[in-house]
Amino acid sequence: MKSFTTHTGIVAPMDRANVDTDMIIPKQFLKSIKRSGFGKNCFDELRYLDEGQPDQSCEGRPLNTEFPLNFPRYQGASVLLTRENFGCGSSREHAPWALGDYGFRAIIAPSYADIFYNNSFKSGLLPIILDGSTVDQMFTEMYETEGYELTISLKNQQVVTPSGQTFAFETDEFRRHCLLNGLDDIGLTLQDADAIHAYEVKLKDQSPWLFDAFKR
Amino acid sequence: MTMTTKTLYDKLWDAHIVKQRDDGSTLIYIDRHIIHEVTSPQAFEGLRLAGRQPWRIDSILATPDHNVPTTPKDRASGVEGIEDMVSKIQVKTLDENCDSFGITEFKINDRRQGIVHVIGPESGACLPGMTVVCGDSHTATNGALGALAHGIGTSEVEHVLATQCLVAKKMKNMLIKVDGKLGKGLTPKDVVLAIIAKIGTAGGTGYAIEFGGQVLRNMSMEGRMTVCNMAIEAGARAGMVAVDQTTIDYVKGRDFAPKGEQWDTAVASWRRLVSDENAVFDKVVEIDGSVIKPQVSWGTSPEMVVDIDGVIPDPVQEKDTVKKAGIERALEYMGLSAGQKITDIQLDRVFIGSCTNSRIEDMRAAASVVKGRQKAANVEEAIVVPGSGVVKAQAEAEGLDRIFIEAGLEWREPGCSMCLAMNADKLGAGEHCASTSNRNFEGRQGYGGRTHLVSPEMAAAAAIAGHFVDVREF
Ligand code: SF4
Repeated sequence: MKSFTTHTGIVAPMDRANVDTDMIIPKQFLKSIKRSGFGKNCFDELRYLDEGQPDQSCEGRPLNTEFPLNFPRYQGASVLLTRENFGCGSSREHAPWALGDYGFRAIIAPSYADIFYNNSFKSGLLPIILDGSTVDQMFTEMYETEGYELTISLKNQQVVTPSGQTFAFETDEFRRHCLLNGLDDIGLTLQDADAIHAYEVKLKDQSPWLFDAFKR
Repeated sequence: MTMTTKTLYDKLWDAHIVKQRDDGSTLIYIDRHIIHEVTSPQAFEGLRLAGRQPWRIDSILATPDHNVPTTPKDRASGVEGIEDMVSKIQVKTLDENCDSFGITEFKINDRRQGIVHVIGPESGACLPGMTVVCGDSHTATNGALGALAHGIGTSEVEHVLATQCLVAKKMKNMLIKVDGKLGKGLTPKDVVLAIIAKIGTAGGTGYAIEFGGQVLRNMSMEGRMTVCNMAIEAGARAGMVAVDQTTIDYVKGRDFAPKGEQWDTAVASWRRLVSDENAVFDKVVEIDGSVIKPQVSWGTSPEMVVDIDGVIPDPVQEKDTVKKAGIERALEYMGLSAGQKITDIQLDRVFIGSCTNSRIEDMRAAASVVKGRQKAANVEEAIVVPGSGVVKAQAEAEGLDRIFIEAGLEWREPGCSMCLAMNADKLGAGEHCASTSNRNFEGRQGYGGRTHLVSPEMAAAAAIAGHFVDVREF
């Protein structure tokens, strides 16, 4: 996994609440058996005026010029500013993969859907929670200032605005540790293999029906 | 002496703790892992790249469901019958992964194939007291059994494959109590849509929801599955219902359910899977079931729901600017205007199926409405897609397929179908669809398609009338 320590980047808006995973990456692109290459179809239905197909080149597709991510001023953005309940809907990890592949390293919103929040950390994308009024303020500043950039430090758990204002955010210790160091959490869990085996021994004794059910 | 009371969720959680780690995270043991073709390929690839093996293959059950065609013609030639090359590769990849690791899979034309969340309970692969995960958000369906079940992402699929565990953090407890008596013609789908309308799509975020109250106690297992299925649409990863005699009766005799002496031991342990009398919930929501009316979603989020006798809401009434913008955008996308009557919406297509409503009771309910009637001419297509081969066979044994076909509906092969339109079943741009599925997001059922979420009875009545009607008076 890609690690995340500090990052400074241009902020782009997704100024709506309840942005769902079908919007982030429409289902036809989930047919891929790879983890990469979703970026060009991130927000496909909003970015383009036609219906996108998997394995199709996006060069030359008609762009929706009213969609902010297509505005020249937001090109190269790596921080997405958005509203409540971002990432609701399906458990598809293709959603954070698509955002990451597009170039986003962090998202800022007042709240996220649980599964999306969890999936983001696994793919090196940092979902930051800031309260509604801070998010409002950032939207205003971003709209007013072309090239609006934020600096994010995961280690210090803070976001710094261009004027030097600092906002603290929280992440839980385990996820932060993994993301800061780009750790493979499977490897970490396997360090506890003995505990898992011990649990299984007890389980087999108490609830034997949980094992080999497909042989019944 | 201090007594500790526990909720059902507390009990399920506590029973599955492998290790409490110093950093506050917990290793939770996973009893059952269900996989399908869309969210598993990258997990298997990751496993191979790291040179790892699945920890316990007898915990895994696989089936392809999202991409499979549902017309009998395409289905006849199995995987090769999948026209879309990309879909075909995905289904083949699942087969190859399962074959090479020795994982039990109900392949495309196995009689037991079906939507993951339908086949789990149906086969007895998912049981009360289990932790169940699947790379799919509607895994909560299994919570109806008194199990802790929730969706996970692909990295977690890989993690569970490799370690049989999840690194998790305990959620908060919410109780949604639906009391009173449901009116005639009211269904579990109406109950869950009414719940989402009340608490909102983020209302359950961070919680595990236990659904209780008299209405749930009186509900069949399949009805409870419909309710738990949509917990995620209320923001909650997991929904569950306490074990009672209905649960035990449902599980008994299923293929993979314990038998003989093991059955008795299992039942004795399952009976404890209820919240203690004085258990403390972080949040309690009470709903009067007797006032619920048939529900129809009008917008692009499952909380945008009104009663069948209601009208499309007016954004002017909404004070919150973000919400107001959401309503305006939804009206535009749906091609509807404020004040319009729900019953005036003309329908182009009807979809009866999905993991929310594709079990035998749903099939029976829809058939009973269309029996002896004819699909309206303006409804171009009405498809009925059973949730599994087992449901299909049962429906056919009861003659339900004939009833649908005679009424002008199509009887299909099992799969996810038009719920998310990854296969050939989709809405055209601008088309309105009465759908028994669970999500009405923009583009969900096809590019530009307009979804209205309803119960099987309401969808069936809409197919006949050509527009929404109150099934209670139909
Ligand atoms: S039926 Fe729909 S919601 Fe259910 S698993 Fe399939 S695609 Fe997902």
